[in-house]
Amino acid sequence: MAKVLVVTSGKGGVGKTTSTAALGAALAQMGERVVVVDFDVGLRNLDLILGAERRVVFDLINVVQGVAKLSQALIRDKRLENLWLLPASQTRDKDALTDEGVQTIIADLRTKFDWILCDSPAGIERGATLAMRYADEAVIVTNPEVSSVRDSDRIIGMLDSKTVKAEKGERVEKHVLITRYDSGRAARGEMLSIEDILEILATPLLGIIPESQDVLRASNVGSPVTLNNAASAPARAYMDAARRLMGEAVSMTVPTERKGLMDRLLGRRAA
Amino acid sequence: MMNLLRLLAGRNASAPVARERLQILLAHERGLRGQPDLLGLLRTEILAVVSRHVVLDPDKVIVRMERGKNVSTLEVDIEVPNGVERSIAMAAQ
Repeated sequence: MAKVLVVTSGKGGVGKTTSTAALGAALAQMGERVVVVDFDVGLRNLDLILGAERRVVFDLINVVQGVAKLSQALIRDKRLENLWLLPASQTRDKDALTDEGVQTIIADLRTKFDWILCDSPAGIERGATLAMRYADEAVIVTNPEVSSVRDSDRIIGMLDSKTVKAEKGERVEKHVLITRYDSGRAARGEMLSIEDILEILATPLLGIIPESQDVLRASNVGSPVTLNNAASAPARAYMDAARRLMGEAVSMTVPTERKGLMDRLLGRRAA
Repeated sequence: MMNLLRLLAGRNASAPVARERLQILLAHERGLRGQPDLLGLLRTEILAVVSRHVVLDPDKVIVRMERGKNVSTLEVDIEVPNGVERSIAMAAQ
């Protein structure tokens, strides 16, 4: 049974595209057939994060408008044979994305893949609502920061009311993914803690991605962080999150970089 | 050592403030959710009720919500034309 998962947040710049690429790659590394779909029409970036920017010929809008077949627009990852990308259009008007078009494409992708990861644009407009429209599950990417948490709360409200599942009286299974987390700062009371965020959003936790230089390093070279440096703290955190999506029970820890005595003392206080 | 850490923690502990602000804000915003145009609705209904008794210019009915720290105020400003008795009589017909 294929699963449609939207990666969303409301706020921009919190790590939706990075997380889509990393979770998509992690699931593919586990043997799942995965397609990542970029819904950010006009401002596509998933192709760049995946290192496929020079291989884009056709895009989502071309398929919606019947200019290209789905199979022509899908780009297979060069490193992971189970990972595919359906890029967004860079130039076309975002109104070209229609509800019917998205419905048709998602239904088609369901027959070909185990996972369909929809990378939502920021905001709460058409692109974001269409990205979540047909979702079975949602990953709400949240930074430990007030504006991000507020926007996540708003998005959770939309997932509970504007999706096809919600309209049928069913529930989109929601997970919070906390990114850019600094356990030291949280322990010192300088940053919202995991407990604070989960209590406020009242949504289960999928994973905690620590703030790390490895994330930028991976995007610089166009490789999902789980592929680029699998041993790094964010890569391990994304792999754990992907295992939880697969239904495995993985204990919730914040993977860490090499730590000094001071960090360890402060880290322990966080627990 | 721990005392020193605690002292450091206390000085920079802005997270509790963030948490409290969010809890208050989101409690308010969740209340409004699902009825995004509360003011529009209030305006329509207030206009309907008052119009039953007084002839009004719909454009002269202003409904405003001001959010304060502890309480919010709902301000309803209705301009009634001069000769209220006549308006009342007309509305009664």
